[in-house]
Amino acid sequence: MRDEAWLRGLTEARVSRRTVLRGVGAGAGLLTLSAILSACGIRGSIAAQSQEKVDWTKYWASHKKTGQLDFANWPLYIDEDHGKSPSLELFTKETGIQVDYQPVIQNNAPFYATVSPELRAHEATGYDIVVMTNGWELTEMINNGFVAELDHSRLPNFAKYAAASVKSPNYDPGNKHSLVWQTGLTGIAYDSRQITRPITSFDDLLDPAFKGHVGMMNDNTELGSAGLLALGIDPATSTPADWKKAAGWLRKQSPNVSGYYDQSYIDKLQNGDTWITQAWSGDVFQAIAGGHKHLKFVTPKEGQMIWHDNMMIPRQAEHPVDALEWMNFYYTPKVAAMVEDWVNYVCPVPAAKAYIKNQLDDPDVANSPLIFPDSSIDTASHNFYVYKNYDEYQLWNDTFNPIIES
Amino acid sequence: MTAIQATAPAASPTPGPAAPVRDGARKRWWLRHTTPYLLSLAGGAWLVILFIIPLVSGLVVSLETGNPDDGYTFTWNWGVYGSLFVNSDVSYLTFFLRSLGYGVSATLLTIVIGYPMAYFIAFRVSARWKNTLLLLVLISFLVSFVIRTDMWAFLLSDQGPVLTALRWAHLASKDFHILGTPGAVIGGIVYNDLAFMVLPIYAVLERLDARLLEAASDLYANRPQVFLRTVLPLSRSGIFAGVLLVFIDAVGDPVNASLLGGTHTYVIGQAIQDAYLTNQQYNVAAALSTVLMVVLGIILFAYARIAGTENIEDLV
Repeated sequence: MRDEAWLRGLTEARVSRRTVLRGVGAGAGLLTLSAILSACGIRGSIAAQSQEKVDWTKYWASHKKTGQLDFANWPLYIDEDHGKSPSLELFTKETGIQVDYQPVIQNNAPFYATVSPELRAHEATGYDIVVMTNGWELTEMINNGFVAELDHSRLPNFAKYAAASVKSPNYDPGNKHSLVWQTGLTGIAYDSRQITRPITSFDDLLDPAFKGHVGMMNDNTELGSAGLLALGIDPATSTPADWKKAAGWLRKQSPNVSGYYDQSYIDKLQNGDTWITQAWSGDVFQAIAGGHKHLKFVTPKEGQMIWHDNMMIPRQAEHPVDALEWMNFYYTPKVAAMVEDWVNYVCPVPAAKAYIKNQLDDPDVANSPLIFPDSSIDTASHNFYVYKNYDEYQLWNDTFNPIIES
Repeated sequence: MTAIQATAPAASPTPGPAAPVRDGARKRWWLRHTTPYLLSLAGGAWLVILFIIPLVSGLVVSLETGNPDDGYTFTWNWGVYGSLFVNSDVSYLTFFLRSLGYGVSATLLTIVIGYPMAYFIAFRVSARWKNTLLLLVLISFLVSFVIRTDMWAFLLSDQGPVLTALRWAHLASKDFHILGTPGAVIGGIVYNDLAFMVLPIYAVLERLDARLLEAASDLYANRPQVFLRTVLPLSRSGIFAGVLLVFIDAVGDPVNASLLGGTHTYVIGQAIQDAYLTNQQYNVAAALSTVLMVVLGIILFAYARIAGTENIEDLV
């Protein structure tokens, strides 16, 4: 009897313990669920940055040349000869560094959105050089420590040959993180077969005679800046109140617009779908050189935008020393000229002008004010607004995205 | 203790020759009851990994708040669903309605165009041509649909061959254009999705019992009546499968609108893409996807209840 009582006691105890455990289990389950849910969060750039500080002297001392370079750039942005790039081949010949050149960047925001999860997780993106326009994405990459600080002791050619306009720009003082690849101007281009009167101003984009044949850019930084310039406001020093006014101007213009285009705007202009469009100088120069003699690029009397595409080295790059070597190699008159003679944007190396004229025998390019601008173009050119934080960028997006997304 | 020892032999399994028999029976019982579950394991894993987990994680991300700088944290933020549709800067409601409009128009057009094609191949063509014709329906899939859509953009552009010819023949005015209109977007969707309507309808028509059609004629039905009262109702499941394939694809598709559309053809697919891949608003993108999925689910469920799906398994 005593044994049975002992048994029953044991069983009962076990049952009640099990109930307790079950209750605890359910509670723990709920806790785990909410823990899992909150762990599902997506890490932000700032959190990734605050994790560690890098000693850049040590960084550069610890990395060695590897003989390999993975270079991400925009399409049609380097010299090409039968599918190969003579400047890159020359680089390989002189330094022994093999280059994997990948023209994968179609636009700043989508490219940054693609690589930012890796940058935040401090993983390699697979690129040793990325080329980004000065804008929110570039500022983000610099502010959050996603790109390496450059060792200028290994960039003597930059100090020697770079144009004054690309040294210490407002978005990256002292070129600590970036060197300019190309500079470009954003103005207006038009088809002189369809439009016979002179085009001088942003107001020409409002002309009802061009209805359905006006192209604008879907990059909201470019679009918003055009609206600001049209109203005579300098984008670099504009305020959110100005942005609202600019959006109003763009909304007024919208019925005239046939589309807000990415890089395809230049095809639309070439094939005659659009007659007048917001345009990048280099594209128009290439189009004219390619036989579209009827196209014209104008600087509106209200001004034009000037921007820089910059080479940067992601911090987790596998071959940063090789990347630095390419940057230094690019900033020589010869190599800059080889690239420039094909790319036709604004050259960051003024001495390349003589090389293009004499050695490459291409006076059209050498004498073009769109490629080697004189000082009058500088005064008509404005810089983009530099966002102070994400909220400002968000406000800009909220102001101008509804015009594109309609 | 003694009591337990005494009962122990009775509780132990029957010893001797009976043991293997019981063992085998148990194994058979076990197999019979677990085999269905084991067999469904692969399908179940497929559903869980590729359907339920993405679905739930999409919902979870949509309830997060934050921005790319500070990161996104889970906060049960149901408010995002309201904020996207009430007093939003970007009018997502318009894009939703527009996408649904394009989807419905494109689906109806694929039925109107695709049904006669399927009917023709199934009933009016000799057996040796059927395969060739079906191959022709499918052959455009050999080229990526983005490239094919881009080719349409070239053909239909203002200075492209189609409009140039029309203007030359004075059939189109100088201001007439095709690209950038809703018609161009719907046309692109119809072109890209036509095969998804033709094939399921063909599969059903091909298997129709010819004796049923003869019976209808014997009962004095004329040819339109045979079609309307026999063929069409019997091919309902094919149309249903086609609608599933075409409508879902058409409503969510961003490609046709971005390549063939213009300033006022922005659709929800583009909005989701831009929220995710340009603005890094992961929560907005996830919320829009969730709403799109729920809306499509409700519409298709209602359609299934009204149109009937009892013989959709014929297609599998």
